Amino acid sequence: MSRGWRALYLAAFLFMLLSLFCGFLLPQTIRFVVDSVIGGRAPEGVPVISWLVSALGASGPSRMRENLMLAGALVVLVAALGGVCGFAHHRILSKSAEGVTRRLRERLYSHIQRLPYEWHVGVQTGDIVQRCTSDVEVVRGFVASQLTEIVRVVALVVFAYSILFPMNFTMALASFLFLPVILSFSLVFLKSAAARFLAADEAEGQLLAIAQENFTGVRVVRAFGRERFEADRFDRQNRLYSDLWMRLGELLSTYWGAGDMFTGLQMIALCLVGVLQASAGSLTVGEFIVFLTYNSMIIWPVRGLGRVLSEASKASVSLGRIGEIFDVLVESADSTEPVELPLRGDIEFDHVSFSYGGAPVLRDISFTVKEGTTLGILGSTGSGKTTVAHLLCRLYELRPGEGGIRIGGVDIRRFNRERLRRNIGIVLQEPFLYSRTIRENVASLSARYSLSRIKEAASISQVDTAIEAFAQGYDTIVGERGVTLSGGQKQRVAIARVILREPPIMIFDDSLSAVDTETDARIRAALALRRETARGVTTIIIAHRITSLSGADRIIVMDDGRLVEMGTPAELLASGGVYRRINDMQRGLVADEEDFDVLR
Amino acid sequence: MSYDEEFYGKQPGLKVWAGMLPFFLPFRGQLAIICAFMLLCSGVDALIPIFQKYVIDSFIVPGRTEGLLSVAVAGALLMGARMAGAICFTRFAIRVEMGFARDLKKACFDHLQTLSLSYYNTTPVGYIISRVMSDTDRIGVMLAWGLVDILWGASYIVFSIFSMLALDFRLGLWLVVMIPPMALVTMWFQKRILRHNRLVRRTNSRITGAFNEGILGARTSKTLVIEDINIKEFSSLAGEMYGGAVKAAFWGAAYTPVMLLFGALAVAIILVRGSASVMGGLMAFGTLSAMVSYAISIFEPIQQMALIFGEITATQANIERVLALLARAPEIVDEPEVEERYGDSFSPKRENWEPIKGDIRFDDVSFRYPDGDEFVLEHFNLDIPAGSCVAIVGETGAGKSTLVNLVCRFYEPTSGRVLIDGRDYRERSQLWLHSNIGYVLQSPHLFSGSVRENIRYGRLDASDEEIMEAARLVSADSVIAHLPDGAESDVGEGGDRLSTGEKQLISFARAILANPAIFVFDEATSSIDTETERRIQHAITKALKGRTSFLIAHRLSTITMADVILVVRDGKIVERGGHRELLKKKGYYTQLYAMQYEQDLIRGN
Repeated sequence: MSRGWRALYLAAFLFMLLSLFCGFLLPQTIRFVVDSVIGGRAPEGVPVISWLVSALGASGPSRMRENLMLAGALVVLVAALGGVCGFAHHRILSKSAEGVTRRLRERLYSHIQRLPYEWHVGVQTGDIVQRCTSDVEVVRGFVASQLTEIVRVVALVVFAYSILFPMNFTMALASFLFLPVILSFSLVFLKSAAARFLAADEAEGQLLAIAQENFTGVRVVRAFGRERFEADRFDRQNRLYSDLWMRLGELLSTYWGAGDMFTGLQMIALCLVGVLQASAGSLTVGEFIVFLTYNSMIIWPVRGLGRVLSEASKASVSLGRIGEIFDVLVESADSTEPVELPLRGDIEFDHVSFSYGGAPVLRDISFTVKEGTTLGILGSTGSGKTTVAHLLCRLYELRPGEGGIRIGGVDIRRFNRERLRRNIGIVLQEPFLYSRTIRENVASLSARYSLSRIKEAASISQVDTAIEAFAQGYDTIVGERGVTLSGGQKQRVAIARVILREPPIMIFDDSLSAVDTETDARIRAALALRRETARGVTTIIIAHRITSLSGADRIIVMDDGRLVEMGTPAELLASGGVYRRINDMQRGLVADEEDFDVLR
Repeated sequence: MSYDEEFYGKQPGLKVWAGMLPFFLPFRGQLAIICAFMLLCSGVDALIPIFQKYVIDSFIVPGRTEGLLSVAVAGALLMGARMAGAICFTRFAIRVEMGFARDLKKACFDHLQTLSLSYYNTTPVGYIISRVMSDTDRIGVMLAWGLVDILWGASYIVFSIFSMLALDFRLGLWLVVMIPPMALVTMWFQKRILRHNRLVRRTNSRITGAFNEGILGARTSKTLVIEDINIKEFSSLAGEMYGGAVKAAFWGAAYTPVMLLFGALAVAIILVRGSASVMGGLMAFGTLSAMVSYAISIFEPIQQMALIFGEITATQANIERVLALLARAPEIVDEPEVEERYGDSFSPKRENWEPIKGDIRFDDVSFRYPDGDEFVLEHFNLDIPAGSCVAIVGETGAGKSTLVNLVCRFYEPTSGRVLIDGRDYRERSQLWLHSNIGYVLQSPHLFSGSVRENIRYGRLDASDEEIMEAARLVSADSVIAHLPDGAESDVGEGGDRLSTGEKQLISFARAILANPAIFVFDEATSSIDTETERRIQHAITKALKGRTSFLIAHRLSTITMADVILVVRDGKIVERGGHRELLKKKGYYTQLYAMQYEQDLIRGN
């Protein structure tokens, strides 16, 4: 918490104590009226009352008796004062608590944006989102209410009994003895019920999962005629869940009932002791009323304290979970002064080896891509193709002794990382579209590009007709809250996004996989045409499909992190290696003479 | 269309609640019990100031102690009754809350099983989920606890008014007069508090969305180097949240002091007028104390009632949404006589089901999607004898699945008929048809659970051997062999722990296990490595033997084995025939085919 918030937060506490104090004056005022004005006794207890009375212009109880309106004014004055302090307390508290939460959210968000690629690949999105929302909410709850509530209850008890004990020790003791009982009762109860709450939550989670899978897999359910089976499964879990809660309800009701009972017994005990004390002459009517009122002021907050404490204890868990995110280091800053050389020229992998989590992913890879040419990479899943692309973008960093990657002869680690990435347009295997308009997506959220250029990029990636078919065209919102695009459409929007940026280096990481062969061919033809007009764009295409690679100038074939074949497509076909084998697998089955005749 | 709109400022409407009546009735007994115990509790609560007055006037003021024991006993009995009442009504309230939500959930879920696929295609899953899960929960909470709170508030106010008037009519009247302005002010504030809270909730869900997107999209953001734009935008959203939350807190912070002031005013009136009476001997000390107690405590039920009324109107939106879901009619229903003979999806009469051969005939079928305005099929005729294979080819998004949707009766022809074994398929139940169709989706959907459970979904009574046999038949056994716990391995939510190719093989085994007469296969376009792809090819060849099959194909090897090829372009079938026949036409199919065969391959060969 920064210093400014801390000061504000302390001010909120101060006002809270002030309003609490005013709240305490009300019963004192009543006592003063009952005992001193009506009963004619000398004023006792809190001296503030006598002070306020004289401030109101009444020199004493006798004067007050003649002008009862003053007593009324006193009550209203005290309440108004308390109200102003209470208002100030809540207002300042909300500002500081919400301010702290806002800062926490912002810091979390920007920290996560700056965490390394590696971290993002490994995490469960749901888990992190929960930390950023539910856990932040728990912390907010602690700062905004639980902490003040705990302090308030403690202050309430201290205040009240510092008045009550001097007033009448026996009465105060009778009232006080109940507090630890009530508090520990609710703490013990909440602790014992925690496991059941957890079980009920888990049952609810499972119920949710069943529903979710049924709705997303509705075609499978229908195709197999499994409506009955699904309904039964849902019904079973639904019953299990509600039964758990009903049994929990039995426990809860006992808890609430017992709490009421304690409260009631305390009140009766006070009455009994009060009667005994009054008959002994050591308790006035006013004092008795003060006891009853204070008691009712204390009892509810104390009863609630158990719940507040148990919730507050969750705050440290949540803070820990949030702290784990902050503990992860963000992408390191560039170590040395970055070079300002242009990102042009040949791309060179020089004896690159890379391992991830101890397992080698690339083993001694060397190849060169001449400026302005296209490199195709073929290989099975897990052969290391994608790692090549990621290393080039510095999404992963090479460590010393793992070889070097150079662009135009300059080691890529010497460029500013962001500048490097800006100059390499990569379409990821599973591209992400933001839930915004298609236009914003193609423009990478930037306002720099005109609509005509956006349309041009969309037409090169063959997605323009699909976009124009939407009622809102380029202003169609995609994602959860808008239109759902097919896998192929998403890939094509992502391709348009990269095309629009006109980077000198482009990488397509299996980004035509969900596009049919014809569209795939058209995109590649359009890209090739563009390459002729804008010289010097170096392209890397990673694919499973031989046809997607056939236009490349050179192809490398990777297997288990090694580079096993390299050459032009024709050379590789002639050599009869892996490339040829995969080619035949993908196309050989239908290759008979008659088909060729027809084609010619 | 926006799915998350909330309803503002509506008046409580009995009509909406009346829609819940059928669900409400089974709980009427329990609701009556809740009411009875609730009244008992609020009665005791309202009696406490009277009890205190009695103690003051009969014991404290005169300094008497005899008879104290019986007072203590009476008090304890009162408290015992209160406790028993509280235990009973909370217990029943939770039962009603959960039971009602349970029944409503079940009704929604069961109804959803009958709704047509067109509903699912146009409604986001998140929207359906929140109808079934959260709306029903909220209605349950409101029904049980709303009743409890309203009853407590109303009866407490009534009891208090009654007691005050009985204790001292004129002074009581003063307090009663203060109730309406208190209620009005409360309503004024509650309206604002509710509105702001709603705004805050909405902003909060936007924040959740932003985090979700920020994390899911982080990898892409890095490659586009737009982290700073994202951070800036989030910051403005967080600022909006701050402003909204502080404003919402403002009304809450202002409300309590205002109500306290009202309470103080009431106390002041009692003190001013009551003290005079006490001094004049017209009123007892205890009465004064009781009146003060009432004055302080009456604002709580008023506040609670205002809160509840606000929530009742808010809950109406939940009810409306649930009722709309339940009222939604399925677009595809079996005729009553069909249902009579074959049973419905929940209780089929399998003994009346005819065995299926697998002849399919499209007889003058025209079709238009319910949300479309153009016919995608017009007077379409096609005869598919049992055991033959139909391949459907065309561009992405050209409408290749239309025919499959019609065969599976996910949609019905707008006009014309689909005949199976010579009879219109509408003369049989949907379940009959579905039980005879095996379906492998392009993006295969698995359910969380083990591989074995997923394959068993194809036939629930299959033995473990039969399951492994089905897996072997489609080469899914090698996938299983690679998993840590073999067939017992958990596939994760939606099958997430498996690759697309592996999922497709498992769903193949699932379809084969059902031993269907009709087989539908939607070939995956997404990246599958060549080995897995070969396995799938192999599986198709095996699976098709002796079955009528439909292949939505992307690969030539799959297409060439078909008896009939339908070529789809812009949603319409533009060419049909055998592979050779189509090639000779030199039409669109030839174009598609040539695309696969690029010059380099021919040169290479």
